[in-house]
Amino acid sequence: MNCKVLYFARYRELLGVAEEVVKGEFANVETLLEFLILRGDREVLGEKGLMCARNQEMCGLNEPLLDGDEVAFFPTVTGG
Amino acid sequence: MGVRVQHEAFDPGAELNALHQTNTGVGAVVGFVGYVRDFNDGLEVRGMLLEHYPGMTEKALDKIVLEAAQRWPLLKLEILHRVGALEPGEPIVFVGVASAHRQAAFQACDFVMDYLKTRAPFWKKENTEDGPRWVQGRESDEQAAQRWE
Repeated sequence: MNCKVLYFARYRELLGVAEEVVKGEFANVETLLEFLILRGDREVLGEKGLMCARNQEMCGLNEPLLDGDEVAFFPTVTGG
Repeated sequence: MGVRVQHEAFDPGAELNALHQTNTGVGAVVGFVGYVRDFNDGLEVRGMLLEHYPGMTEKALDKIVLEAAQRWPLLKLEILHRVGALEPGEPIVFVGVASAHRQAAFQACDFVMDYLKTRAPFWKKENTEDGPRWVQGRESDEQAAQRWE
């Protein structure tokens, strides 16, 4: 399956990428995150305050994934 | 009910006045305006860059508006949030609520700001006297939002 993965703010800067397509079999957001962390992004994506969204809606790590989903990882939001 | 995400500056007074102009059933209007401070966490702030997640931002704000409208009898609710480059003293965010009685307007405005601060995908990067830095999320904001659960 293909997932479009987006990064924002500090994560985008530290990873040096705003979006990428990740191929693999990912049952849920956590599986995808583990894949990215093992790939070498632990410093950035392993942090406690990480937030995520699936198809532009805030979600938990146990959110199931389907082919073509858009997943975003970002630090704690600071608007307002 | 409306949500706007824009680069352009806005006039908080005009936004507030617009909330009751077309509806004489409005008995109460509550408005919140958030401004860029020139000081944060011990450092002088010379400006800031507001990043967001286009597409999701609008959806997240729409959801907050819908939730507020389900909890309180509101006649109007407007959220306006700026993105891009901002300078100290400039307004960042406006939340305006109109209702027949004040309690609903006060509470809904408080609720919207608490949810916006913890659930809408915006990130502030400050340009400080020591260089740029990303603003850290506050535990107190999350606690404030949890009051409404």
